[in-house]
Amino acid sequence: MSGFFESVEWQTLVELLPQMPFAVWETFYATALSTALALVIGLPLGVLLVVGEQGGVLPLPRWLMGLLNAIINLMRSVPFLILMIFVLPLSRALIGTSVGTPATIPPLVAAAFPFVARLVETSLREVDGGVVEAAQSMGATPFQIIAKVMLPESLPSLIANTTIALTTILGYSAMAGIIGGGGLGQIAINYGYYRYKYLTMVVATALLVVVVQLFQTVGTRLAAKCDKRLKR
Amino acid sequence: MIEIQHLTKRFAMAGGTVVALNDINLTIPQGDIFGIIGMSGAGKSTLVRCINMLERPDEGTVTVHGRAMQSLSAPELRAARRQITMIFQQFNLLMQRNCLKNVCFPMELAGIPRAKAEARAKELLELVGLPDKAGAYPAQLSGGQKQRVAIARALATNPEVLLCDEATSALDPNTTHAILQLVQKINAELGITVVVITHQMSVVEEICRHVAILDGGSVVEQGEVSDIFSNPQSDAARRLVFPAGVPTTELLPGRQLVRVAFGGGTTTDKPLVASLAIECGALVSIVAADTRLVNGQTLGSMVLALPQDPASAQKAVAYIQNYPGITMEEVENV
Repeated sequence: MSGFFESVEWQTLVELLPQMPFAVWETFYATALSTALALVIGLPLGVLLVVGEQGGVLPLPRWLMGLLNAIINLMRSVPFLILMIFVLPLSRALIGTSVGTPATIPPLVAAAFPFVARLVETSLREVDGGVVEAAQSMGATPFQIIAKVMLPESLPSLIANTTIALTTILGYSAMAGIIGGGGLGQIAINYGYYRYKYLTMVVATALLVVVVQLFQTVGTRLAAKCDKRLKR
Repeated sequence: MIEIQHLTKRFAMAGGTVVALNDINLTIPQGDIFGIIGMSGAGKSTLVRCINMLERPDEGTVTVHGRAMQSLSAPELRAARRQITMIFQQFNLLMQRNCLKNVCFPMELAGIPRAKAEARAKELLELVGLPDKAGAYPAQLSGGQKQRVAIARALATNPEVLLCDEATSALDPNTTHAILQLVQKINAELGITVVVITHQMSVVEEICRHVAILDGGSVVEQGEVSDIFSNPQSDAARRLVFPAGVPTTELLPGRQLVRVAFGGGTTTDKPLVASLAIECGALVSIVAADTRLVNGQTLGSMVLALPQDPASAQKAVAYIQNYPGITMEEVENV
């Protein structure tokens, strides 16, 4: 066993250990900030996808709905690595650099908001049509139906789906390590994969797993806690 | 008063247009409890939704207290809907709000200050018999309790009209009775016109004064409930009043059958079947019989098998026709 502690694998890991807490933080904030911004864009889009269709609460022209769906599908079908390369000029324009953790945020948001829009759409479709009809029968405006019926009634589902978005975006942020993004992904790829230090790769990945577990646990608990449909 | 004139509604379906409502004409008096009854698919839910324009009629007019509903602008329609509220078969409460907040909801939509709305909501929960459920969530309530909250919610904006769309169809008989009593109390105390959509004859019997029978998208019969019960004219009305249909009598093949119906107080004092035997000498068999209490009146009907001998059968028919307070019709014996 004594040989292990003298191995290059172990030495590299020990050398990199002080960087780990900061890498965890970088991954965490890149993910959280990107998800938040993706929600800012994706939530209204998701609402439009539901209320704007024919027979919806606020029907929009067919061509507009068709265009919206086409754009979302298009962005959803571009692989993240390719999308990231497309969006890097935008990062340079917005943030002044195309390397480092802040530079990964525009591509992460670009990749995440169409996904978030679809998740929001799914959540809102779970709202009972009868409840929406009841609100209409009471003289609610379309905006009141969105703000006071659809969003509050689907809140537990929205939280659960945001957790899914969060863990997916975490995966994307690790991938961003390949083209110069920071965080745990960068350590796993640059040190672990490119330099064959597999122990470092495994440890960085294990930390990613811990962050995912944390997000998922908090998300699941929060969704359950605010769901009044459960008898307690 | 609600006036529906020449109302027609069509739906475009795969394979052609379906006429859901065909030239409906109805007048619902102010303060009435008016039943609209029909089998599934008769168009009654569409009809009630045309009253508050949740469904837009293709032709015809709907006038509620002088307002021509179909020509209101969107804001006018929203204001009118506060006066024409609705309760539903599936209650349609907001599941993420407690009962108090559910009752506050229509007042919130109308911009009534929260403190005032909550005070009124508490009063209404008391009126419907749930003063202790303000903080409970709908998931914690029984079906009957949920419908009570829905009724409180429907009363929040002081409506003139309450539309009940199969409001008791998801409830057991005892709960149905309790909810109907509550609706009756609201009608009597607050003077709200109530329109009751149902497929259950028992509901109409229990609370309605007038009824319209809807069949295949048309009104086939309408009038006072007691008249229609004692003397149904249309096939649809007969099917509803005698849900089991015309009783078939394998036991009495070839015998002539008549249906007699009686209503009101005077007729029940004199027993018809016994009188037939004693005064007329005609021995009849009771094939089917049913009595109901409608608006405090005992109404009943019987299907009688007349004697085999044609002469005494004819004599019995003549006797029944002259019997006070009884209506008679022949029934085909299949």
